[in-house]
Amino acid sequence: MSEPVILTLPVARQGLLALKAGDEVLLSGPVYTARDATHERLLAETNESGGKLPYGLEGQTLFYAGPTPPAAGRPAGSVGPTTAKRMDRYTPALLKAGIVATIGKGTRAEEIVRACRTHGAVYFAAVGGSAAFLATRVVAAEPVAYEDLGTEALVRLTLRDFPVVVAIDATGDAFLDHAASDWRMMSGGASSRAGAR
Amino acid sequence: MLDTGRIAEAVRGAIVRAASELRPDVHAALRQAHATERSPRGRGVIEQLLQNADIAAADSVPLCQDTGTVWVWVEIGAQECLREPLQAPIDQAVSSAYREAGLRMSVARDALFDRSNTGDNTPAFLDVTMRPGTGATVHVMLKGGGSDNASQVVMVPPGAGEQGVREVVMRAVELNAPNACPPLVVGVGVGSTFDKVGVLSKRALLRRIGTSAASPAHAAFERSLLADINAVGIGPGGMGGDTTALAVHVATAPCHIASLPVAVNVGCCAIRSVSVDVA
Repeated sequence: MSEPVILTLPVARQGLLALKAGDEVLLSGPVYTARDATHERLLAETNESGGKLPYGLEGQTLFYAGPTPPAAGRPAGSVGPTTAKRMDRYTPALLKAGIVATIGKGTRAEEIVRACRTHGAVYFAAVGGSAAFLATRVVAAEPVAYEDLGTEALVRLTLRDFPVVVAIDATGDAFLDHAASDWRMMSGGASSRAGAR
Repeated sequence: MLDTGRIAEAVRGAIVRAASELRPDVHAALRQAHATERSPRGRGVIEQLLQNADIAAADSVPLCQDTGTVWVWVEIGAQECLREPLQAPIDQAVSSAYREAGLRMSVARDALFDRSNTGDNTPAFLDVTMRPGTGATVHVMLKGGGSDNASQVVMVPPGAGEQGVREVVMRAVELNAPNACPPLVVGVGVGSTFDKVGVLSKRALLRRIGTSAASPAHAAFERSLLADINAVGIGPGGMGGDTTALAVHVATAPCHIASLPVAVNVGCCAIRSVSVDVA
């Protein structure tokens, strides 16, 4: 496999066009944590202000994550992606309002694939279950809003070489939707597996 | 007389340990999978998971940011008696363990009408059963939301038999595995009643990978389900590969002549459980 793409955030939509589904990427720069309850409030505030994102989120990246408290000298003891699908109901409106990229885990609805294509946005997937490792790639955390939500607060994390894969690119290619069939094809299918080793 | 304080202390210790130490059987299964996985991307994901286990253990930080809801199953020796109900001391143990170990508070006060965070990860979800002898056996599992969301209970017509069970398992895996942090440990409960089959599937996740199934028939069915799951190619992290699951554990039970209840409880790559005996 080729070397990972190095990407510094925030990034203009133009800068996302070169990314292709399946590309490995190392992200550095600010992202904003947002889970279910965070999305509920963000969308309400955006709607109230006629479609303008609050807290300077325009052009920024949302990271679907609820970290554990600081530990081992790091701003979060553990921080990894939560399931992106749960945010699907909010995402098209937020991409329309100016979010350029999202980070989570797992597959997403067809509607999100279309929204990425329409708005030139990208969805990155990180490896779920590796949050102690990923926490070593988070160098700062500053609360932004909704501190009453605990782990679901909106927090600006600064990433350094945070590994992700392009799961939906700006042309609407959804890598995780075909990763299994790609592998079956590449590995010669189930029938030849017994003799492969 | 069984001291509830000792049971609570066992729960507290189990939570702290489970949160940051990967189960040795899961660690061994991941190393084995790394040796056999043919997809370079899949191997990369497994390497990241093994590194994760090292960092979590060395720095005493949680393996996963989702430190779960706490399921506690206490098997009480039939010769014992208890002076007070177990829920309160166990909740106290959960509350102090989550605060002291810097774990994430992930419990909503009410599923429907008040989703505010309880702030101390209580209540624990508690099952109490009896077993022969003295003392108690305490099982603690920290269950992540992503993998529990991938789980299912289905009432299959009895005539569907093994094939019907297989279809339920495969549907759950094909639909949800990419979101449940593979490589998975898949717990399958078959039998009992609608409410109890979920517990069967959850207990199946406690069994250590590589230990014997309940019978040769169970073992053969487990092997066959594992082969089918891994032939789908979802792979580590859902990124394509041979290792979608590390193990399938099947637990069966009697049931109504009209029924074939099936539950699939999906365990993630950071499946966390500890079982301890309290004297």
